[in-house]
Amino acid sequence: MEKNLKAIIEQVLREMNITPGSGADLAASAVASAIEQANTSVVEDGFIPDVTEVDIKTQYLVEDAENKEAYAELKSYAPCRLAIGKAGARHKTDPSLQFRAAHSAAQDAVFNDVDQDFVDNMGFFTIQTQCENKDVYLTRPDLGRKLSDEAVDVIKEKCKKNPTVQIYVSDGLSSAAVAANVSDLLPGILQGLQSYKIDVGTPFFVKYGRVGAMDQISEITGADVTCVLIGERPGLITAESMSAYIAYKATVGMPEARRTVVSNIHRSGSVPVEAGAHIAEIIKTMLEKKASGTDLKL
Amino acid sequence: MILKTKLFGHTYEFKSIREVMAKANEEKSGDKLAGIAAETAEERVAAKVVLSHLSLNDIRNCPAVPYEEDEVTRIIQDAVNETIFNEFKHMTVAEFREWLLSERTTGDMIARASRGITSEIVAAVCKLMSNLDLIYAAKKIRVVKHCNTTMGLPGTFSSRLQPNHTTDDPKGIMASVMEGLSLGCGDALIGVNPVDDSGESVARILKTLDEFKQKWEIPTQICVLAHVSTQMEAMEKYNAPIDVMFQSLAGTQKGNEAFGLNGKMLQEGHDMMLTHGTSVGPNVMYFETGQGAELSSEAHNDWDQVTLEARCYGLAKHYDPFMLNTVVGFIGPEYLYDSKQVTRAGLEDHFMGKLTGISMGVDVCYTNHMKADQNDIENLATLLVAAGCNYIMGVPQGDDCMLMYQCGSYHDPASLREIFGLRPIKEFECWLEKMGITEDGKLTPRAGDASIFMSR
Repeated sequence: MEKNLKAIIEQVLREMNITPGSGADLAASAVASAIEQANTSVVEDGFIPDVTEVDIKTQYLVEDAENKEAYAELKSYAPCRLAIGKAGARHKTDPSLQFRAAHSAAQDAVFNDVDQDFVDNMGFFTIQTQCENKDVYLTRPDLGRKLSDEAVDVIKEKCKKNPTVQIYVSDGLSSAAVAANVSDLLPGILQGLQSYKIDVGTPFFVKYGRVGAMDQISEITGADVTCVLIGERPGLITAESMSAYIAYKATVGMPEARRTVVSNIHRSGSVPVEAGAHIAEIIKTMLEKKASGTDLKL
Repeated sequence: MILKTKLFGHTYEFKSIREVMAKANEEKSGDKLAGIAAETAEERVAAKVVLSHLSLNDIRNCPAVPYEEDEVTRIIQDAVNETIFNEFKHMTVAEFREWLLSERTTGDMIARASRGITSEIVAAVCKLMSNLDLIYAAKKIRVVKHCNTTMGLPGTFSSRLQPNHTTDDPKGIMASVMEGLSLGCGDALIGVNPVDDSGESVARILKTLDEFKQKWEIPTQICVLAHVSTQMEAMEKYNAPIDVMFQSLAGTQKGNEAFGLNGKMLQEGHDMMLTHGTSVGPNVMYFETGQGAELSSEAHNDWDQVTLEARCYGLAKHYDPFMLNTVVGFIGPEYLYDSKQVTRAGLEDHFMGKLTGISMGVDVCYTNHMKADQNDIENLATLLVAAGCNYIMGVPQGDDCMLMYQCGSYHDPASLREIFGLRPIKEFECWLEKMGITEDGKLTPRAGDASIFMSR
């Protein structure tokens, strides 16, 4: 490219009858330095648009579509990646990068731990299940349902005994869900319970926890109702979804059907503050009816 | 039979065929979770050595669950052609492996052998195969089945269009169907996984799909993947049009009970398809399976997930399905830890299904808590086409918004066909050409425009 330009310029100069070696040399070298500059990329100010902010329901990447408006209307009913066009038989670049970004958020949510500073700032102490690391957590669901001996001792030492309600937070399969929701969700629940004058135990954080760990925690604390706020397995639509599993007098080995679940808690699903109020209401009903899960009609 | 060997002078002794079968498996997190996997890499090889010397007769005599206790075992054992079995029963597993791979052994010869062996034998030989062995052997075996159209013919590669929706919204489902068709996906099946497993709702989706299929004269099959009892209700009570009837299977009676299923229900579903179904047949069933399902319902009887998976195919064969796919990466990292294990399982399942005589597809997929990504399943899909797989799945850009996992994209079947010089099912290809979606086996520039279906 550069060579071609030089040759063209030299030819133009020749045609203008300006021979190299004359005063035109100066002009030629000025042109050469201009070319060199043009070949050096300059970092400009500004942002490339955030690919994660694209609304897949309205995105329309098919060029010259026959009935674009009609299909755009129809596809607005589907929360999936439609009208994304193609490059040969493959995907276009933009949707490929959108997909990769969504998957990266999901992977980070699963494989990264919850930030310890966040846990400390919430005023939680941290205990761990029998999983010694994330790998064990992912491959041994049975160990994620059992607390370590140390964890049992810490709960006995630090937690209020026999509270009406025991609430705790656990990472589950999404650390991002904990970071995104707990600081709104937990106060929402506590406020609600306070307004009903329901007594609440000492909250804490369980690292590498599965839902079933709540049964052992219920037995140790002696709470009437136990509620865990836990990260859901991320999808590509959001990596921040959280669930609350709530049970009346949970015991180790009880049927799964005895849990009541409030799921899909995140900023574009069930909003944390509102979900908090809803959960408080469920807990109140649970205490009145002394039942949970399929035994409890809500 | 001998259950002892030495490796580097060290003695390895196994207590039972069950232990040999489990420890001979390639590494899988599910076998570890069950506490039955080889403890070391050397022990794994020792188990393979012992297995290679067992006879097919030894293996047949040791079903994963005793005949008296388990209807899956009974269905598999009762289906064995004793004349053919007698020809093979003195072969060792090593000899059977080499017979399958031999240049003198044709696909037809394997199809015949398949009538004389049990699922445990299928699993045993799989454990002695490398990944390329699995591809090489599976490639020889062709299984062709007919419903409305014919799947599995030489030169073809098919796809199931999976237009799932978070709330079963008919408009959303149809938007997705149109996109998939516009990319050449859906010749094997248009099949929706429903959120609402009620007869009425399932019937509503089936009618919507059928109406669209009729209107555009699409030569394919339709299905809603509800429980077999729900589909029967949808047919009887709500007059739902069903081309193929779906059911998830497990490899033991207890595992099927966890699905609320038994052999009698499957037979009733199959028979109702013949009397009430909308398709030509004779193959009117569609099954899904996947390694690990039995362990997850504690119905594995301490057997390994490869053997139990093979038994799903043995059970499926009884109902002569149009199609079956393993949902290979759906179950999670506690059964298949990473892309290496998913790749192995996908190739194992495909080989074992074909050796059983099943029209095999694979849902190449992964969940977000697995160490795998889209690149890995694109690799596996490519390997499977090389192995002669009948079909894979397509969802919008590989992202299933309802099942919250990722699998193949609507774009993938067309890409793979172009790479390997394959075509969809003939009638479907003619339809694609008529619609201007493909030409000479390639997508046209117009392909991918789902709005062409909004014109009438």
